[in-house]
Amino acid sequence: MISDAIDNEQVEILLNDVLESHGYDFLEYSHASIKRRIIRLYGLDNFVSFAEFRYTVKTDKQYFKRFLEEITVNVTEMFRDPSFYKSLRNDVLPVLGTYPFIRIWVAGCSTGEEAYSLAIVLKELNLLNKSLIYATDINPSVLDKAKKGMFPLNYLKQYSENYLQSGGLKDFSTYYTANYSLAKFDESLNRKMIFSTHNLVSDHSFNEFQLILCRNVLIYFDKDLQHKVFNLFDGSIEKLGYLALGSKESLEFWPKAKEYKRVKMEKIWRKL
Amino acid sequence: MAETVDSTPCGALIIGGSAGSLDVLLEIFPALMNDIGFPIVLVIHRKASNESLLTDLLKSRTTLEVNEAEEKEFLSPGKVFIAPADYHMLIEEDQSISLDYSEKVNYSRPSIDVTFQSAAEVYREKLVCILLSGSNADGVEGLKSVNNFGGKVVIQNPNTAIMPYMPQQAVLNVEPHVILDSHDMADYINKLNN
Repeated sequence: MISDAIDNEQVEILLNDVLESHGYDFLEYSHASIKRRIIRLYGLDNFVSFAEFRYTVKTDKQYFKRFLEEITVNVTEMFRDPSFYKSLRNDVLPVLGTYPFIRIWVAGCSTGEEAYSLAIVLKELNLLNKSLIYATDINPSVLDKAKKGMFPLNYLKQYSENYLQSGGLKDFSTYYTANYSLAKFDESLNRKMIFSTHNLVSDHSFNEFQLILCRNVLIYFDKDLQHKVFNLFDGSIEKLGYLALGSKESLEFWPKAKEYKRVKMEKIWRKL
Repeated sequence: MAETVDSTPCGALIIGGSAGSLDVLLEIFPALMNDIGFPIVLVIHRKASNESLLTDLLKSRTTLEVNEAEEKEFLSPGKVFIAPADYHMLIEEDQSISLDYSEKVNYSRPSIDVTFQSAAEVYREKLVCILLSGSNADGVEGLKSVNNFGGKVVIQNPNTAIMPYMPQQAVLNVEPHVILDSHDMADYINKLNN
């Protein structure tokens, strides 16, 4: 990758175009990361000049779909950070199990691996039937994949290890059937999922939840935008509800953090 | 090797390494001065599960403050920042840290290329990057960027590396400012402190 193919000023121009022509606001994303994604895409798609790249992004609707998919990071994993899922299983979900109905929002769900992981734990705790998982992402094409519940088979060994480390009790392979190079997850898992586009930058709260899971999304946002999103979450979490973040994310510098209490050593906070 | 007279102060030092680099780090750190005037960033390939092992090991070998890097934290002088396992680490224009969980680069996350490249443009001629032992070619593209932006490229002498492939690739593809034996590294870093 040629790391200086596009300079800071051009990144700014491109992101302003994207906002004006397509309504997606990336201006408050962490600059170094988004710049790297842009340069990567520019190289992958063999553009010869910035002018050509800019024109295509601005005017070609079909290409913009690809731009959106490639510019956002869609790397995710089932049962990522097993100790986090262990804490959900042992400390958080049993508490929510005392409610008549459980509403969960997986914000920035990408291709859905975390939503399915969560559904598996709920199922093992006999809570899935009274739960509803809202899985949202900025990007419609990853949601199409998430709805299908099919993940590459070659990752399943890792996922199965994660699952067992997180306190999983079953043989992980009972949850999917292998279909060529894909593992198709049981439909009982996504029956309780609702998939929808939602842009954390520009869209508002749409419900009240007892648990919001948003992992490895906020690391791509600058500090101001992180705080705006925390406020959005705060307005969407019931009293005594939970907010769960990625392993390197934190509420720490957000002014309202005092109103939340950390659950053990995990990146999970409870609203007081 | 002739000492080059160079008055550009060091703004940041980034050390990248993979297999076989831990021995070198353990040799360097006890010998570093305790008033280093620039941040030291480490990007070391390792298993995702051994998260705090490297941090703990280095803490026990130096009086400098050693921590795993937090996102949005500013690189400040005299401190050691370790790129967390399983995240890429980038440096922003304002010298703060961004973490990124995107695709592996050169089969690696953190990738040395990613950190070298983003820092190259920020620190320009004030950047010093050292590439240590390793068995893949991560870091080589990053060192090219460092060269392009006028920073200093330092490569471990492949003959003193447990895994010579990585420094060898760097020597073949990038014009180094200097090639150093592992036991000369600490002295070199201390001299950057003027």
